[in-house]
Amino acid sequence: MIKVHQLVKRFGAREAVRGVSFEVQPGEVLGFLGPNGAGKTTTMRMITGFLAPTSGTAWVHGFDVSENPVAARAKLGYLPENAPSYGDMTVEEFLRFIAAMRGFSGAAARKRVDETIDRCILASVRRQPIETLSKGYRQRTCFAQAILHDPPCLILDEPTEGLDPNQKFVVRNMIREMARSKVVIFSTHILEEVEAICTRAIIISGGAIVADSTPAELRKQGALDEVFRRLTTTADAEIPAA
Amino acid sequence: MKPTLTILAREWRAYFNSPVAYVFIVIFLALMSFFTFNVSRFYEAGQASLDRFFFWHPWLYLILVPAVAMRLWAEERRTGTLELLLTLPVTTAQAILGKFLAAWLFVLLALALTFPLVWTAFYLGRPDPGPIVTGYLGSALLAGAYLAVGALTSALTRNQVISFILAAVIGLFLLLAGYPPVTDALYAVAPAWLVEVIAGFSFSAHYEQLQRGVVDLRDVLYFASVTGFMLLATHVALENRKTK
Repeated sequence: MIKVHQLVKRFGAREAVRGVSFEVQPGEVLGFLGPNGAGKTTTMRMITGFLAPTSGTAWVHGFDVSENPVAARAKLGYLPENAPSYGDMTVEEFLRFIAAMRGFSGAAARKRVDETIDRCILASVRRQPIETLSKGYRQRTCFAQAILHDPPCLILDEPTEGLDPNQKFVVRNMIREMARSKVVIFSTHILEEVEAICTRAIIISGGAIVADSTPAELRKQGALDEVFRRLTTTADAEIPAA
Repeated sequence: MKPTLTILAREWRAYFNSPVAYVFIVIFLALMSFFTFNVSRFYEAGQASLDRFFFWHPWLYLILVPAVAMRLWAEERRTGTLELLLTLPVTTAQAILGKFLAAWLFVLLALALTFPLVWTAFYLGRPDPGPIVTGYLGSALLAGAYLAVGALTSALTRNQVISFILAAVIGLFLLLAGYPPVTDALYAVAPAWLVEVIAGFSFSAHYEQLQRGVVDLRDVLYFASVTGFMLLATHVALENRKTK
């Protein structure tokens, strides 16, 4: 379970996130929607503990992220924005490193790495340095890193950004497969993606939640992109996007 | 402990996965021999001692060590892997320690590769082994202190050039504050106690003591505290990033 309560983040005078609260249960796939600069990434970074909230609390699997960061992160898989990874390592070396950091060693680590490579369809590039790979493979390598330890909670920041339609299809299927037993939060600004895989959608704009509903419910209010525009343009006008 | 070692191993490989390691080691050894043999005239001096070799370490480290340290954090920030690393189940302290130890071991490897010089001295004469052992100890501690300065400046910026320059300038200050030509000039214009306080912060006096073969716990503690302080400041810099 992931729970956030009244999260606020200020950067200097600018309030990037203003009092966001929600709770996500296992089996739920939460689509985190919003225009650029709405506070999606900042909110996710506070849940992972990469940024400390100005006020408010986030819990991952029952652990308070500020008070018990290491325990919380052990239960979390995280794909940061732009899918960073160590370019000088091969896919296999990189995943071995992650496995070791996640506390696996010996045969267990090898098994994890092999399974994850198969699951993310990386077998053909496992011995290639990551910096030589195309964007789609790099994205999947970072995705592999997030799911390697089979975490109960997954946070994915724009997992399909910059991928071609085939690659998007693969990543979406992976998310859907993950979703059965896990808490999944992923951000996107591709609306059909929300309809395709989410059980719930939160629209965030100007740092605050403007809608928390199911894709089907949102659908009733009109075409999804129109609903999105109506909900996000007013709030956007108040706050300059960063 | 295990995350620290895992990070250490990754960093160590990162040095050797890039040309950095080889360039550093070759340049370090080449410059070390050049200064020892061509500038300090090791052979002509006719003394079986490595004073002339150890004399150059603070100056070479001044430009070479910041080059090893500059990528430690700045690179992670630039490529975004910092977010990956610091959201793994590790504490910031473990990450700092792992990275620092990898860089230090790497410089120690380069230092160890100067062994032919020791062999030469023993082949040609009968040098006193004491100052050689303590000289290496001093050099290792000195490299650690320089590296910790570099780790701090690397954590402060995502730009490696800025990190390099800042580390070199701080290193230069720490070196010159106790360098005799500078302290002599200072004695002329400032009260002696003040000059000694400033010189007390310097690498030079502590390093020279060790070079002479004197292992004073105070000198060792000095280097350990400079290193510890800089790594602590690195921790503050990285934690500050969270709340800025």
